[in-house]
Amino acid sequence: MIEFIKQPWPWYVAGPMIALVLFLLLHAGKRFGISSSLETVCTLGGAGKLSDYFKVDWRNRSWLILFVVGSIIGGFLTNQFLQNPEPIDLSAATIADLQGLGLGYDGNYVPEQIFSWQNLFSLQGLIFMVIGGFLIGFGTRYAGGCTSGHAISGLSDLQLPSLVATIGFFIGGLITTHLLLPIIFS
Amino acid sequence: MKGFRFIWIGIIFGIILTKSEVISWYRIQEMFRFQDFHMYGVIGSAVILGAVIIRIIKARQVKSILGEPIGIDPKPKNYTSALVGGSIFGLGWALTGACPGPIYILIGNGFLPYLVVLFFAVIGAFTYGLIRNRLPH
Repeated sequence: MIEFIKQPWPWYVAGPMIALVLFLLLHAGKRFGISSSLETVCTLGGAGKLSDYFKVDWRNRSWLILFVVGSIIGGFLTNQFLQNPEPIDLSAATIADLQGLGLGYDGNYVPEQIFSWQNLFSLQGLIFMVIGGFLIGFGTRYAGGCTSGHAISGLSDLQLPSLVATIGFFIGGLITTHLLLPIIFS
Repeated sequence: MKGFRFIWIGIIFGIILTKSEVISWYRIQEMFRFQDFHMYGVIGSAVILGAVIIRIIKARQVKSILGEPIGIDPKPKNYTSALVGGSIFGLGWALTGACPGPIYILIGNGFLPYLVVLFFAVIGAFTYGLIRNRLPH
């Protein structure tokens, strides 16, 4: 049974289970939207003293902090007990593309040659980790949501702003993937 | 404890995204290169089933545990910020291979350099809060 669960989960299992998470949160009187947690962290860090925007009662958002902590625990438990012993079965075309950029594929979740402490102070590390992180935080809050809030919740609720946001996500993602990565890796 | 359910739901979420490899930088590259159906299947089936669930909730006036019918606030019709903000996020999504949920889950999986990504994501959110009145929405 455990061996079965350890297999990578296909899309038709993961997608419906994400919809279940959406339902569980709605049923609990909340929403499925994770990027607002970044603002709550700001509030917890005292950002309310610098901007009224963050002067909110964090206790209203404590549920989201608990959810986020839970997701960290979930990642930890999976990594410890339910890990797939096989490497990720990435498509050959992607492996080839990445090889063309000079990036080898080791079957892991993340290219640790990029996302490592040693790499942090290199230009590459700056771009991928520092600027990348900043773009996520700034962009999701400017858009009013991320994949969970817009692409999943918003689209499920047939909200046009969420469709526009999701299109935006793809425009940005495609620019990075097809225009910026070749430049960065050259 | 009242909030405990949210930890549980979060744990489930962390397990789902890890097991389905949604948190993988490589899977996100594959998605933005249109070289596999997997990520589209995950998001697409979540949206389709989510839409069905929401329809049922609205039609039957399903109540939340708070006793109120579940209502979903319409998103503000800020199309400029949705498109521009969305694109800015997208740039970062493809760079880091993660959106906010996966950042946390990757940290849980032991990819600790994503703490740096998280830190600067918080800085980015903070910056938005500071300058938002000067931005078109």
